[in-house]
Amino acid sequence: MNDRKTPKSQAKAAESGKNDGSPSSLDRSIQAKLGDQLRQMYNDVVSEGVPDRFADLLAQLEKTPDPKEDKPL
Amino acid sequence: MALDPALRDDILRTVPSLRAFAVSLSGNVDRADDLVQETLLRALANIDSFRPGTNLSAWLFTILRNQFRSEYRKRRREVEDADGKYAERLKVQPEQLGKIEFNELRAALAQLPDDQREALVLVGASGFSYEEAAEICGCAVGTIKSRVNRARNRLADLMSMSGTEDFVPDSVTRGLLAER
Repeated sequence: MNDRKTPKSQAKAAESGKNDGSPSSLDRSIQAKLGDQLRQMYNDVVSEGVPDRFADLLAQLEKTPDPKEDKPL
Repeated sequence: MALDPALRDDILRTVPSLRAFAVSLSGNVDRADDLVQETLLRALANIDSFRPGTNLSAWLFTILRNQFRSEYRKRRREVEDADGKYAERLKVQPEQLGKIEFNELRAALAQLPDDQREALVLVGASGFSYEEAAEICGCAVGTIKSRVNRARNRLADLMSMSGTEDFVPDSVTRGLLAER
């Protein structure tokens, strides 16, 4: 399945005039587009930053009574 | 459990990408946040096993990935007893997730086997090297490379078959020209 190229994509590659002799140039375009979308989708979540619940969780754990760390000098 | 403030800040800095990874794996924001929470608790409980100076984000990603793997297996077993409602919910959820423009990609991602999806996201979106991704997934570098390749080919097939406008040659061509 990995090596299969759909006739549709070959035909489109030919139509688009971007086929520079390499049979996979359209595939590479799709791959590039795919990579961009994947990163965008991922970065959308990254850009939401740290939700309060996680900052609170870590802060709370930090404050958990610990005799040694209770009153730093 | 006294947490070194510098280490805490480093962990907090990793949270946004941990969430993005968790969303990619689970396809569900609520589930993803639960996964991140479990990951943080587990990380803090085992903080002594983290060696300072080594790759903190790879360490945290490993915990999250293993957590997802074991819970997912467990849930799937439960679901089989419970008339498939959970699976149904998973199918509906992606559309409630953020931007509509990514729905096609989400649907395609959901069709990949777990091992291919995680490899693709780690290398293609999280920015880990093949070596780091191999460490996170506990497999050989060559295995990661072939999973990423298979994932890319499969996604490209799925996306071009779905006829998404973004993927017809003209707009691909336009995109390529615009990037120059």
